Amino acid sequence: MALDTKSETRQFTVVGTRPLRPDGIDKVTGRARFGADMTAPGMLIGLVLRSPHAHAKIKRIDTSAAEAIPGVHAVVTRADFPVIGDNDFIADILDNCMAGEKALYDGHAVAAIAASSGAIARKALKLIKVDYEVLPHVTDVDAAMKPGAPVLHEGRANETVPEGMSSNVVARYEFGHGDIGAGLAGADRVLERTYRTEATHQGYIEPHACLAQMGPDGQADLWCCTQGQYMVRDTCAAILGLKQGQLRVTASEIGGGFGGKTTVFLEPVALALARKSGRPVKMVMTRSEVLRATGPTASSSIDIKLGMTKDGRITAGFAELRYQGGAYPGSPVEFGAMSAFAPYDLDHVKTVGWDVVTNRPKQAAYRAPGAPMAAFAVESAIDELAKGFGLDPLEVRLKNAAREGTRASYGVTYPAIGLEATLRRAKDHPHWTAPLGSNQGRGVACGFWFNFGGNTCVSMNIAPDGTVNVIEGNPDIGGSRASMSMMAAEELGISYDQVRTVIADTASLGLNDVTDGSRVTFAVGLATIEAARDAKREMCKRAAMVWGIEEDAVEWKDGAAHPAGPNAGSHPPMTLAEIAAIASNTGGPIAGHYEVNAEGAGVSFATHMVDTEVDPETGAVKILRYTVFQDAGKAVHPAYVEGQFQGGAVQGIGWALNEEYIYGADGTLQNAGFLDYRIPVASDLPMIDTVILEIPNPGHPYGVRGVGETSIVPPLATIANAVSAASGVRMADLPMSPPKVLAAIKGA
Amino acid sequence: MSRIHVTTTINGDPVEYLCDPEETLLDVLRDRLGLTGSKEGCGTGDCGACSVTMNGRLVCSCLVLGAEAEGAQIATIEGMAKGETLHPLQRKFIEHAALQCGICTPGILVAAKSLLERNPDPTEEEARYWLAGNLCRCTGYDKIIRAVMDAAAEMREAS
Amino acid sequence: MQYLAPTTLDDAVSMLAAQAGDCRVLAGGTDLLVRMRSGFAEPDAVMDIKRIGALREITTEDGGFRIGAAVSGAEMAENAALVAAWPGVVEAAGLIGSTQIQGRATMAGNLCNASPAADSVPAMVAAGAVARLASAAGTRDVAVEDIPAGPGKTNLKPGEFVASIFLPARPARSGDAYLRFIPRTEMDIAVVGCGVSLTLDAGGTCTAARVALGAVAPTVILVPEAAQAIIGTKLDDAALDALAAACSAAAKPIADKRGTVEFRTHVAGVLARRAATIAKTRAGEQA
Ligand SMILES: Cc1cc2nc3c(=O)[nH]c(=O)nc-3n(C[C@H](O)[C@H](O)[C@H](O)COP(=O)(O)OP(=O)(O)OC[C@H]3O[C@@H](n4cnc5c(N)ncnc54)[C@H](O)[C@@H]3O)c2cc1C
Ligand code: FES
Ligand code: FES
Repeated sequence: MALDTKSETRQFTVVGTRPLRPDGIDKVTGRARFGADMTAPGMLIGLVLRSPHAHAKIKRIDTSAAEAIPGVHAVVTRADFPVIGDNDFIADILDNCMAGEKALYDGHAVAAIAASSGAIARKALKLIKVDYEVLPHVTDVDAAMKPGAPVLHEGRANETVPEGMSSNVVARYEFGHGDIGAGLAGADRVLERTYRTEATHQGYIEPHACLAQMGPDGQADLWCCTQGQYMVRDTCAAILGLKQGQLRVTASEIGGGFGGKTTVFLEPVALALARKSGRPVKMVMTRSEVLRATGPTASSSIDIKLGMTKDGRITAGFAELRYQGGAYPGSPVEFGAMSAFAPYDLDHVKTVGWDVVTNRPKQAAYRAPGAPMAAFAVESAIDELAKGFGLDPLEVRLKNAAREGTRASYGVTYPAIGLEATLRRAKDHPHWTAPLGSNQGRGVACGFWFNFGGNTCVSMNIAPDGTVNVIEGNPDIGGSRASMSMMAAEELGISYDQVRTVIADTASLGLNDVTDGSRVTFAVGLATIEAARDAKREMCKRAAMVWGIEEDAVEWKDGAAHPAGPNAGSHPPMTLAEIAAIASNTGGPIAGHYEVNAEGAGVSFATHMVDTEVDPETGAVKILRYTVFQDAGKAVHPAYVEGQFQGGAVQGIGWALNEEYIYGADGTLQNAGFLDYRIPVASDLPMIDTVILEIPNPGHPYGVRGVGETSIVPPLATIANAVSAASGVRMADLPMSPPKVLAAIKGA
Repeated sequence: MSRIHVTTTINGDPVEYLCDPEETLLDVLRDRLGLTGSKEGCGTGDCGACSVTMNGRLVCSCLVLGAEAEGAQIATIEGMAKGETLHPLQRKFIEHAALQCGICTPGILVAAKSLLERNPDPTEEEARYWLAGNLCRCTGYDKIIRAVMDAAAEMREAS
Repeated sequence: MQYLAPTTLDDAVSMLAAQAGDCRVLAGGTDLLVRMRSGFAEPDAVMDIKRIGALREITTEDGGFRIGAAVSGAEMAENAALVAAWPGVVEAAGLIGSTQIQGRATMAGNLCNASPAADSVPAMVAAGAVARLASAAGTRDVAVEDIPAGPGKTNLKPGEFVASIFLPARPARSGDAYLRFIPRTEMDIAVVGCGVSLTLDAGGTCTAARVALGAVAPTVILVPEAAQAIIGTKLDDAALDALAAACSAAAKPIADKRGTVEFRTHVAGVLARRAATIAKTRAGEQA
């Protein structure tokens, strides 16, 4: 749906303000119910037994001793799940939730128990005997690609993979245009470098949790923390052979997801245990299970070739990206290959991506999946070349920036976009020229994300007293209910307080895609606006009926129906509340709804700037100052837009500096806890300054773009560039942990 | 395995419960007493989502045994608002959008309240260090720190 | 599991003696409960020592301080006299975990957990602290550096536990400091730690010193060569270089998820230099 023509000059009354969020009080008083906060009468506790081996054949599982313990009501293994025929996507998810012939990573589920208490379940779990044949393993992406590497699966490579490669290489992607050789030939300098990033976890503070019940008639109910209750429904139904309409999934309040809750882990297992035991089953992961067995993002190894003239024009860009996405196909390398050069207007550009499997947990989406690693490589390379020529890194980016009409490296031609605006604002910002002390350095980098639309339904009910409920189907992770209420109020011309937005279970509203791809404020917002327009049309019709005039002689303004046009006559306007009050007499309840598979999400760009200080004696990097410049299209609730910018930037800071999956020689995860998986703490950080730019998205009536993901894309290179400025060493290997930085300084 | 009988005070209410010796105070609060406002993010003292005060000291309830609460004064997030009136910190958190998903919020509020009781005028750095044991993955802490500083200022004016 | 909560030292001693199975002392629980939760410890009983009044006190004794085994880091930081006398020890204990952990964690627990990375231990060793052990056989005093036997192991005898830790009286012009290296600013286990305690004469020359390192060997180590490098000097650059070199030479670390051998070896020297400088300043301020 297109941007309303008048939107650039439109004066919004609700959109753009900062009202209080509807779930605020519940969340500050402890009343809000998250995944683990639900109970059911007669509930059992479910626990999972996990593989201690990185790669092992499961020869036999003996559950008899566990089953004999009083209080144990059900034990399930893979044998309790149906065989999935020709749907690799679902078969992989099932195999990840409950291992089949092989355990493919440390932490892979091999059996589960439901018992009357957690203590009994823990005791029984230890009595399950699994006979493993330990196999050689591989956790590194480059090692896994080598011929002769331990193989996870045979025959999973698709037709894009050339003959003769390791079976761990499962897909190849290629994007670009022009002639790289010719482009590089025109450069004054060509930089070739390999960059590496370690896997990082979304690190949501709420572990996965669910409560399942299922009757012998196949009707089931599931309560869980998820980014998409419909995804849970459809996936669990496919895995367990249920009918989608028979399984009702209710999304709890969700304690963070960042992409990590866009798939299932416990849910099918809990349903299987509930089916077998005939009792409700609650399952909650421990933190160590979250880190070992849910989806971190991919680790990567990326070769860059970049040519630049001495005045800063990029003549050609080439990237070969290798991402391991854990034990199953599906690493986000395709997005990496598409997004790597997306901010730039290049004549010659090519990216090749390789999807590789290793003995690690199946990756899940993490905020702009695949893009941060690619941006780290490209933006570091640009910085290095620019510095080598003594050029201003912002000027170099401006010189090469994509703009409206640019053909992107991944094929599309951009409509109006905001990259240049973020760069110019960065250049004008006081941060750019603030003085620096010794051992301090400043860095900048850009980032891009596509943003998604997708299947969306919204219903809107007008109550007899003129208050409004918006019913949407996307879990609210960061204040989206507030944004929906705001857009509904804006469109209806009523106050924000008159609207309450609720999130429906899967039986109460049509299909909604998961809360991902920064799609919610865009797509659900769009559907909310259209549902409001639908309701307004109905209300105009009712007013026309009361006034005895034609429907099209009524228009909606400022929260009321007004007669309009030459033949309307004169009638006092009827407010929404007045129309609602007499709805029973004019045709019954008033509702609006809208169903769409939304397109036109509108790509988004950001430029980040950071000052760091590097301790030359220890390699410790301190973040001194950070500013985010990002295009939001239209910021519906600016405080939550800022929150997305800040949260993404800080996740990026963690990724850049200290977060990493550390595997031992035996292929087991060494740091499965928050003490050694080091997400940033409050004392690590300064305030994160934000500058919101508003270049309207032509695909949304108010100009809204997704904002949630782009903010994690620039930080990795931004910080690497600043570390280089502060210490003189170029860190091409993330995280830039103190031992690595110190080794680089001493080696320099 | 015999259960332990514990008599304690939670948010001013006299409370009695039976618990297993290895059960943590967090388990007791959540699973036995229905006080699910305290959250479990790790169970190992690393995230602070389970923060409560015990005899006025800020602790991780996941690292306290239920049995240890005998005779103690426990305060949880559920006791922070007085009836309909939110504590200034609670109000400021909503106003400043200092929560996104809100899972860290109860623990952070309990910890921040304990800070302001000891130090009504903390510097930003003091607030950041005091709250370093409370992980938040959504906000980057910026708005949390602003809300704490603003609540502190308001409480100083009021007193 | 049994939960024992004696209220006197005598009861504690006899309860512990009467336990046939695996009975663990529960101080702050910040190690023990984590180990129980992750299945690394499954004791038959825990004996909570926090109800023993005598173990919750900080008392002065012969010009020094006796710190009960159940005194938390937060309580130490609130004792102004202790902070003034042994700022390095208090800071080291104060580095353990978060505010929440501080409300519970004890130095005795830190010591008996016997992690080579324990923060308060190098500071205590540098301070010349002495642990008082209690058992049915009576009490005995043991230098803190002789308590840890290896990662997770102590030299305590069965039925014996730490009742208190004694920090001796300090001569005039003395100062101590503890520094650790961690990747974040909080909530990390030390990659390297270094405690320095020293005394200056009226002219500013170091007359006595003790230097201890954490996380560079199976236990916290006392490094007499490092102390020798600064005794008799005014902690000029040459002396500090020699101190750093002695610490790096004494470090015999392993590489693990927290740091490499090279990093730990190098940073041991860096921290020693910085800690000694702080200790010297503190000693000077006491003049
Ligand atoms: C989130 C977090 C962060 C941490 N950060 C740090 C850190 O930065 N630095 C650091 O050094 N440690 C850290 N720790 C570890 C721990 O907090 C410290 O080791 C603490 O000092 C332990 O003290 P406690 O009183 O809680 O010991 P407890 O857990 O009660 O006991 C520890 C061990 O010692 C034994 N024990 C306790 N008291 C006695 C006694 N009096 N006599 C004999 N045996 C005894 C117990 O049986 C147990 O085996 C951290 C822990 C957590 C959970
Ligand atoms: S749950 Fe207690 S600190 Fe994380
Ligand atoms: S608001 Fe989500 S973790 Fe803090």
